[in-house]
Amino acid sequence: MNTYLKFGSLIALIIGTLVWLAVGGVNETKTYYKTVAELDQMGPGAKTKRLRVAGDVEPGSINRRGKEVEFVLTQETQKLKVIYDGAEPLPDTFRDRAQAVADGKLGDDGVFRASRIQAKCASKYEAKPGQQGAPVYQKEGERRSS
Amino acid sequence: MENLGAISILLALCLSLYAVLGSIIGKWKKRPLLVLSAERAVYTIWFLLTAASALLVYALITGDFRLSYVAGHSNRAMPLVYKFAAWWGGMEGSLLLWCWILSSYSAVVVFTNRRRFRDMMPYVTAILMSVQFFFLFLISFPESPFQVLAVGRGITEVPDGNGLNPLLQYWTMAIHPPMLYLGYVGFVVPFAFAMGSLLTRQPGDAWIHTTRKWTIVTWGFQTTGVLLGAGWAYAVLGWGGYWGWDPVENASLLPWITATAFLHSVMMQEKKGMMKVWNMVLISTTFFLCIFGTFLTRSGIVGSVHAFAQSPIGKYFVAFLAVGIALTVYLILDRLEYLKSESRLESVVSRESSFLFNNLILLASCFAVLWGTIFPVISEAVTGEKISVDAPFYNRVNVPIGLFLLFLTGVGPLIAWRRSSVESLKRAFLIPGVAGLVTIAVLIAAGVRHFYALISFGLCVFVTATILIEFWKGARAIAAKSARNLVAAAVELTHRNTRRYGGYIVHMGMVFLFIGFTGAAFNKDATTEVRIGDKFPIGRYELKIRDLLDGDNDNYTWRRAVIDIYNGGSQIGTLEPEQRLYKASRQPTSEVAIRRRLNEDLYLNFAGVTQDGRNMAIIQSYVFPLVSWIWVGFATLLLGTGICLVPPKVKMQYARTEVVGYVEKPVQAPK
Repeated sequence: MNTYLKFGSLIALIIGTLVWLAVGGVNETKTYYKTVAELDQMGPGAKTKRLRVAGDVEPGSINRRGKEVEFVLTQETQKLKVIYDGAEPLPDTFRDRAQAVADGKLGDDGVFRASRIQAKCASKYEAKPGQQGAPVYQKEGERRSS
Repeated sequence: MENLGAISILLALCLSLYAVLGSIIGKWKKRPLLVLSAERAVYTIWFLLTAASALLVYALITGDFRLSYVAGHSNRAMPLVYKFAAWWGGMEGSLLLWCWILSSYSAVVVFTNRRRFRDMMPYVTAILMSVQFFFLFLISFPESPFQVLAVGRGITEVPDGNGLNPLLQYWTMAIHPPMLYLGYVGFVVPFAFAMGSLLTRQPGDAWIHTTRKWTIVTWGFQTTGVLLGAGWAYAVLGWGGYWGWDPVENASLLPWITATAFLHSVMMQEKKGMMKVWNMVLISTTFFLCIFGTFLTRSGIVGSVHAFAQSPIGKYFVAFLAVGIALTVYLILDRLEYLKSESRLESVVSRESSFLFNNLILLASCFAVLWGTIFPVISEAVTGEKISVDAPFYNRVNVPIGLFLLFLTGVGPLIAWRRSSVESLKRAFLIPGVAGLVTIAVLIAAGVRHFYALISFGLCVFVTATILIEFWKGARAIAAKSARNLVAAAVELTHRNTRRYGGYIVHMGMVFLFIGFTGAAFNKDATTEVRIGDKFPIGRYELKIRDLLDGDNDNYTWRRAVIDIYNGGSQIGTLEPEQRLYKASRQPTSEVAIRRRLNEDLYLNFAGVTQDGRNMAIIQSYVFPLVSWIWVGFATLLLGTGICLVPPKVKMQYARTEVVGYVEKPVQAPK
């Protein structure tokens, strides 16, 4: 067999295997990113898909019960109760008012069961102006994301 | 003072434009003095940026809180080292660091080549200074580090700043970002030389020889940056273990992957004159991935735990990338005739073939990681839904790739160029192959059933055997001729051919890394609620809670568990995981306690106290087998890289094809 043909088929085999693995990986782990408000609007589809819900942690809502951690994600007026079961330690950035992302599925009872929690570092590691301990100023023209 | 800093940056911006134009016009109009003055501009830019950086650092250390950057990232109570590290604690300062490192590298390049490559250097300078111009533009206008607080609002006195987030007040904050930047920025240099050689229509490989050391050093820094980040993420919670396939982590890995591919494929070009176009593409890709990585990290377009501020500079990066890629593609296509290959692939079983597959799968991995990282952006553009993929996706694709790469690491260096006979294959691979298979058999007999782990350990032994045999064969020959012992002979052997044997040591480092990664297949974990006096098992250990303490100081309040560790009835140590709440920022941190040994780490986290009235401590315990081999591998990689840079005792002469020129008209063979 022509050398280039041999190379070609080997390369096609390798790429083919990788593509097969990749597609399987995407289908297995693909997670839809939603904010709390969008979740509300999703309707019945919300219960079947893996979701990643983003919102702010409601102050005072974090409650640890044994391995599980319960808290409430809010966005403006919408609220979502979340129960996190997982084995991984919660990130240090996870606290009141932090922006958090919960990976998991919405249960039939309207409670979101998360298998993973990520929390964002406060942007530029600053507290919002007006909050305890923050300098009283606002940088001109900068979008605040915390 | 901040005006001085801002003016220095603005002056540097103007000079970088001058350097670009001066180099190009000086080259085209054949005015060497103009080119020389452009090179002098490069040195001046370095002085200006050093001054600007020194001013910023001075402001950070002395606590000049009128500057918004200082107020945002420094405070009076922080230790000095973190006040210095606050230089790169935020966007503006780290962009200034980028500029300063680029100006330093540019000055070194211009200085060391002041008497060489006179035809190429103007283009090299122009390219370096174009990149410099872009980044200086960013810190001159949208993201100035010398922005003063509350201009026009009457606030003149700010008593103290916010300081660095306590999560960043860890010793690696002082080194991880600069190391990564030394890597990211460093790849501009080989790229500039590659483009310079295309622009001047050089037929040879001068650009590769010149930039070999640059590329290796830069690769070394990038590796250091990535692995330091992993070590930090492991020991400090919140970052998801030593590798989470987070977009920012991926951004630092992508250029590393293509640079590794490049380091290997240039060997093909040097020895066989092959893959010339591919090398141009690869070094350009590495450079643009560095810019892309900076863009991804700093623009916030993909959600990440490293969430830096959202910022408007994303669009500038996109423009820079678009223009740069367009120009590079045009240049490579236009000069294709100078990049013709000098040999062909003859056999699938050859060293050329193993380099080819090495590049193929490294690029496949790069593509997969890139795809996964920007998937949310693409899916939102196509379907309107932001869909992300997670660690299992990356692992599914990258574990087989990694194992194939490990296989090639053992096979590649020992297989012959052009084609290998069955005899030579048998000679080279019989012992290592048997060793690998025996390892797998022993592990299966011991009860291990994890498929990938078995393959990984087998391949690790296979590669180790190939490397050890190489050292042993060479050392034995030298020892016989020069009456030295084997160890001294091995050192002599390495010194004679630092490139080859340094490379073997780097490969050995990769093997150690794989051993460390494979251990994760056997991780154990447990979460337990405990009171003083409770005992619980994890892995082979028994943990006993001796005490639960709490207290506070000026900086933070703390809660700690004192846990004794028993193995088989006798106490082998004590670990004290702690939870802190920093007063100023209300930021909690977990100070995990780790008992690190080569065979496994015992990792304890004080996760909190139950709030249902029972007041029990929640302890998360983990056993991570073999994870310390990652850090052993890191050290070995650095050692090997350093050895590669030592000039060899004997300059190797080997037959090499080299293009010396082109014939205008085809020559008729005499009949």
